[in-house]
Amino acid sequence: MSSRMRNILIPIIAVLLGVLVGTIIMIVSGYDAVAGFQALWNGAFGDIYFTGEVVRQVTPYILAGLAVAFAFRTGLFNIGVEGQLIVGWVAAVWVGVSFDLPKIFHLPLAVLAAAVAGALWAFIPGYLKAKFRVHEVIVTIMLNYTALHITNHFIRTVLSDGKERSENIATTASLRSPFFEGLTEYSRMHWGIFIAIICAIIMWFILEKTTRGFELRAVGFNEHASQYAGMNVKQNIILSMVISGTFAGLAGAMEGLGTFGYTAIKGGFTGVGFDGIAVALLGANTAIGVVLAAILFGSLKVGALNMPLEAGIPNELVDIIIALIIFFVASSYIIRWFIDRISKKGAK
Amino acid sequence: MKKRKFGLTMSFLLAAGTILGACGGGDNEAEKEGTTDTGEQTEETFKVAMVTDVGGIDDKSFNQSAWKGIQEFGEANGLEKGQDGYNYLQSQSDADYTTNLNSLARQDFDLIFGIGFMMQESINEIAGQQTEAHFGMVDAVVEKENVASILFKEQEASFLAGVAAGLTTESNKIGFIGGMQSDVIERFEAGFQAGVKAVNPDATIDVQYAEAFDKAEIGQSIASRMYSSGVDVVFHAAGATGNGLFKEARDLKAKDPSKNYWAIGVDSDQVAEGVVEIDGTEHNIILTSALKRVDVAVNDLSTKAKEGNFPGGETTVYGLAEDGVGLAEINDAVTVKADIETKVQEYSDKIKSGDLVVPGTLEELETFSAE
Repeated sequence: MSSRMRNILIPIIAVLLGVLVGTIIMIVSGYDAVAGFQALWNGAFGDIYFTGEVVRQVTPYILAGLAVAFAFRTGLFNIGVEGQLIVGWVAAVWVGVSFDLPKIFHLPLAVLAAAVAGALWAFIPGYLKAKFRVHEVIVTIMLNYTALHITNHFIRTVLSDGKERSENIATTASLRSPFFEGLTEYSRMHWGIFIAIICAIIMWFILEKTTRGFELRAVGFNEHASQYAGMNVKQNIILSMVISGTFAGLAGAMEGLGTFGYTAIKGGFTGVGFDGIAVALLGANTAIGVVLAAILFGSLKVGALNMPLEAGIPNELVDIIIALIIFFVASSYIIRWFIDRISKKGAK
Repeated sequence: MKKRKFGLTMSFLLAAGTILGACGGGDNEAEKEGTTDTGEQTEETFKVAMVTDVGGIDDKSFNQSAWKGIQEFGEANGLEKGQDGYNYLQSQSDADYTTNLNSLARQDFDLIFGIGFMMQESINEIAGQQTEAHFGMVDAVVEKENVASILFKEQEASFLAGVAAGLTTESNKIGFIGGMQSDVIERFEAGFQAGVKAVNPDATIDVQYAEAFDKAEIGQSIASRMYSSGVDVVFHAAGATGNGLFKEARDLKAKDPSKNYWAIGVDSDQVAEGVVEIDGTEHNIILTSALKRVDVAVNDLSTKAKEGNFPGGETTVYGLAEDGVGLAEINDAVTVKADIETKVQEYSDKIKSGDLVVPGTLEELETFSAE
């Protein structure tokens, strides 16, 4: 069996196993599993409105997944996507509320601000890693909390007058579209999905088709060999984190300019950045894989909201199913081993 | 060979997808028929639902109280929990508010409550789109024809809690834990401070904000700092964050039962959260609770809407006089219980009659005097 084929099969089997165990759990806890999955399906695709909401949810997931995947491909664990997303969100909204420009400048400027903010936030761990060998996991986790509290303070002091939320952004900076709203009966689907898909193509292009991408991946495989081959390892580490942070910042722009149109004090993390880790993992850290995994996660997340209403199943259970899928993806070694055994038997 | 295997898998997946898709579609139709059927049979069925904020339905406080009100309304009107009676949806993040409110509106619920000021923008947006549906906004004001807003005079309940705290404290040090800084929590804080000052001008109040309504661990660490600095009564207006306060007070009480570690609950009567068993005897660290009867308000608005008197575009304010807020029973173990009860009664009467206006903002608090 080819390794490419195996890379496709493993996530699919992991998802099926997750669903299977989820079914068993539902039956054991006395819920109607069939009704549960029907409700999940209807909640995601049963109505054009919900499908629009799925797209809305998928958009930041793609970007957060790309952020994690990009760093991962170059040998870095960017756990700080959440924090980079939050600063991107606030930066986008800040541009959205405080400038008065025609749409053709305003919207790109707001998106760009988010990208730059995310990139800067990711530059810190990249620099520390390259210069002082400080492990990026620790720095990024800490920077998540720093981002959360700094942005809360920023919202209270700069973006509002001691209030818990900012003004709504000007329509010239909004990604929302009356066209999609009309198409999907007022879902919050917005133009951002195209930005997300373009970013997926960009990531694929950088990593697979450019010399720089080859270098970045080489550093991920083996730092010492890369250095010996004459590559600038430090520069590549920083660059990788900055690109990763750019994607994360854009994910924040999707929330700030598309879904919400404002920013508010957060008591905790949005969770999108952390789900991005799962999306990247399920998508095998490839651009197309991330897009597909984001679609799956987005559908599960939005469909799950319908489960308590239609089938009386608590949405915690859907969280359990998602967790199970991640568990099986993470333990892909077991699945790999099984596939190997089966295909060996077939060969005999 | 490999290619064929791959093709087989893909076609299998596609087939499965198609079958599943067909399933989904079929069920949809069946369901739609189902609902129209029941619609014809019981045309009068009034359906009511609520969307929780991120605290969740079992936050032992605000959302839970609202749900209690809906349950009471449902039972009183012979409704069943589910799609055709009364129901709730939980929000796991801010992004879910709009989706949840919208799916309930699409399920033709007659009245949909948004619980908590964080839902203000979502309600505002959806009320503009789903003009046929009726919404109840708790704790914030949305000016739309199809939205009835509900506000509380939290300051009156927390004033009485402040009176109880001011009379109970022996160290003259009192703590206040707020959730997030907002108009609602400011009312709690201002009223509480005014209540303490009215009966015990010497007491100092340590005010801390947790910046979260769903982080019990932060609540606990704040409470721990307060109690160790000599504070002996702590009041919280922080939703599920306050559960950390109770845990800290219970732990401290279990270590040293002779000392007093009082906590004051909020929204619901939280007396059940304060039980500590030490050597077979039961203690309780809950001094009292500042009640915010979301259940009363929710039930009240549902009844009005059912009778066809939905107060759209209006804001109803529930205070002490309307039984919308109040103070729970004082703990029996407090030595000055009788004093507290007389004082609380005295002030309640004054507030109800309008002789005493409790400050609702910190600005008003500065010029407030209980005389």
